[in-house]
Amino acid sequence: MPSPTTLPAKEFLIEKVLKSYSGIFDKSTADRLADLRREKIVRPVIYVGMGSCGLIAGAAQTYAAVERHILENKLEVDLVRVGCNGLCSAEPVLDVQLPGKARISFRNATEEKVEDLLNSAFHRTLIEDTVLGQYKVSGHEDWPNIPYVDQLPFFARQHRNILRHAGIFSPYSIDDYLARGGYKSLYKTVLNYTADKACEIIELSELRGRGGGGYPTGRKWRIAFNMGSDQKYLVCNADESDPGAFMDRAIIEADPHRVIEGVIIAAYAIGANNAYIYVRSDYEQSLKILENALLQAREYGFIGENIFGSGFNLNILLRQGAGAFVCGEETALIASLEGRRGVPQAKPPYPAEKGLFGHPTIVNNVETLANVPAIMENGPQWFKTIGTKESKGTKVFSIAGKSLHTGFIEIPMGITINEIVTEIAGGIKSGKALKAVQIGGPSGVFIYPSETGTEIGFESLKEIGAPVGLGGFIILDEETCMVSLSKYFLNFLQKESCGKCIPCREGTKRMLEILEGITRRPKEESSHETLERFKGVVQLENLAEVIRDTSLCGLGQNASNPVLSSLKWFRDEYEEHIFDRKCRAGVCHDLRTFFIDVDLCNGCNVCQKRCPENAIIGSLKMPHFIVESKCTGCGICFESCKFSAIYFK
Amino acid sequence: MEEIVEKILPRYTPEKKDGLIPILQEVQKEQGYLTEEAVEKIGKYLNLPVNKIYGVAAFYDQFRFRRAGHFHVQICHGTTCHLFGASTYLNEIEKQLKIKAGSTSRDRRFSLEIVNCLGACNQAPVLKVNDTYYPMVTPDDLTRIIRTIKEKTE
Repeated sequence: MPSPTTLPAKEFLIEKVLKSYSGIFDKSTADRLADLRREKIVRPVIYVGMGSCGLIAGAAQTYAAVERHILENKLEVDLVRVGCNGLCSAEPVLDVQLPGKARISFRNATEEKVEDLLNSAFHRTLIEDTVLGQYKVSGHEDWPNIPYVDQLPFFARQHRNILRHAGIFSPYSIDDYLARGGYKSLYKTVLNYTADKACEIIELSELRGRGGGGYPTGRKWRIAFNMGSDQKYLVCNADESDPGAFMDRAIIEADPHRVIEGVIIAAYAIGANNAYIYVRSDYEQSLKILENALLQAREYGFIGENIFGSGFNLNILLRQGAGAFVCGEETALIASLEGRRGVPQAKPPYPAEKGLFGHPTIVNNVETLANVPAIMENGPQWFKTIGTKESKGTKVFSIAGKSLHTGFIEIPMGITINEIVTEIAGGIKSGKALKAVQIGGPSGVFIYPSETGTEIGFESLKEIGAPVGLGGFIILDEETCMVSLSKYFLNFLQKESCGKCIPCREGTKRMLEILEGITRRPKEESSHETLERFKGVVQLENLAEVIRDTSLCGLGQNASNPVLSSLKWFRDEYEEHIFDRKCRAGVCHDLRTFFIDVDLCNGCNVCQKRCPENAIIGSLKMPHFIVESKCTGCGICFESCKFSAIYFK
Repeated sequence: MEEIVEKILPRYTPEKKDGLIPILQEVQKEQGYLTEEAVEKIGKYLNLPVNKIYGVAAFYDQFRFRRAGHFHVQICHGTTCHLFGASTYLNEIEKQLKIKAGSTSRDRRFSLEIVNCLGACNQAPVLKVNDTYYPMVTPDDLTRIIRTIKEKTE
């Protein structure tokens, strides 16, 4: 038997770590493992967070600067690309781990700061406000006066299960995942459990689909398992086209092998030999990472023929979504996989009975599948200890908008919305008041501050009309115009409506027209027209209800959510737009009325010449005046004034 | 152009119609857009009518039937970018480059595209020109970016 120190990493990890049931290792194995996990290092390691969010913030430049610094100073260090740690507002994140010292994380480490930051770490002269925090590692000396990352307000309330490796290790390396116990659940499942038993474990865990509907995953698998068919398919849905949501991207870019392991276990449980991972094409980074991860998994024998000698074969194909929002719906996704237009079908038959190419097909969301390995490892009872009575486990949310911290979080079900806003996201950045929280993107709802005591959970959120599955969590402050935002969502849905059923295709168009009418300046000010416009709003409610009740798929059924929920809480704002022609947030351009500040205007005459309506009067070198009844609010004067003398209300 | 399609097609089995979208994606990736000739070739290979292929390709936002400009400007119009003023920026770009979203300027210098969400909401508003990302764009940044790409193509 070769000793654990001489085996190549691949064999070592498979033979000694993966196949060890007890998880108890002798000293030489444990040492080698600590080395692979970078828990015991002999030379410094530098990590750069390079998820999509990091790259957009300039992580690639940071990485290049680190490389330059290493070359110039002839440093003996390892440089590792990791995923995003979740706190996207601190991107680009640069971590440094010195031998014997705790790993330290720098925030907003842009290109030009790299040199100073690295020097401060190597010379042990940290400047506190450049540091995000340090990671607690046993047997390592802590940095003085530096907070621990997991105790920062953003991280403290989180319960990281799927995202436990986010920002810690390299998503490009299967060894990193294996060294931390990866693929063990797969090994255990394939060799010890029958497919029937695997379905049962998931059923017992009460895992529910994270993609929107919240259908029990185990029950879904059971339907497909019971279908007699020579061919079954598993589809992992990563077609996250919901604007403002990026949970799936975050999970894939942080820990791709966890998703792949989930896919393999799910395919084994339902008896599928072919699986697809359907990723949105705009996520270039996710595609690259998954492609690489699939290659590695195939090389290590976790995908392919006769996995672990069990006789189970599986082929996984990576497919790019072609940019249609509706393809997030499972039947539309299947149509797209078959090479057709992504148009939803009426259910039943459910895809679990008759799906891709007419065969039983299970479509599961990325997050659902990423939950599977841990459930298999720790058992269904463990999973049930997290969360609330009817919603078990954790949920990943992406937080964006006007809050202090933005990024993605994983919280146990049962936390209230308010806790997320105030404690995790750190409240509103500008110190203004919270106006609403928008959950679920175009198909979601606005949550009024008085409702933020609601717990996160499938049933509790359903009560206030929000689908939990779509984890986009957008925090809005007073500067947001609800009418404009509802119009934005409708415009999006109208564009993305596949056109199959009339309520959705025509209805969203009409709703959009009504909202456009409200936010546009009327041609004449007769009371008759105001009445007509108000009738539009009454119609809006009727229309929204009809669309909700008669559309075929979720896109149409939920299309009216933003309008209905904003009408419920912000009716006064709609009325203001209609009667007073006023947008209190100043977002609806057409409703602005411009004024000239007499003290600032020096009478240069530029605005007067440019005004297309001749609404500005005044003589040269004397303060001008805007005739309100003539002004159409085009804003040309506002843009052309060099003295900031024009303002709007 | 012809060779690109010829090279891609043999990797797919003609009997399997589910290869259509990956083929279109690969062709677009190689030549930047879908040409009439390419679509006809694919149709012949997969034994599908050309109008059916156009039907599929036109359904998805990803496919383009016109060559992108020398500078391909993509503006993220996700919810957060919208909150941070992406619509105003979009209007401004349209005005400055004298093209509408989804089109290419006649001299092929610029093309403009709206993308739903790039998933980097913390960096809103995000602009992408060819392969370069511009995070947290301010009105001044925008003016500078537009000026640069205008100068570079003159």
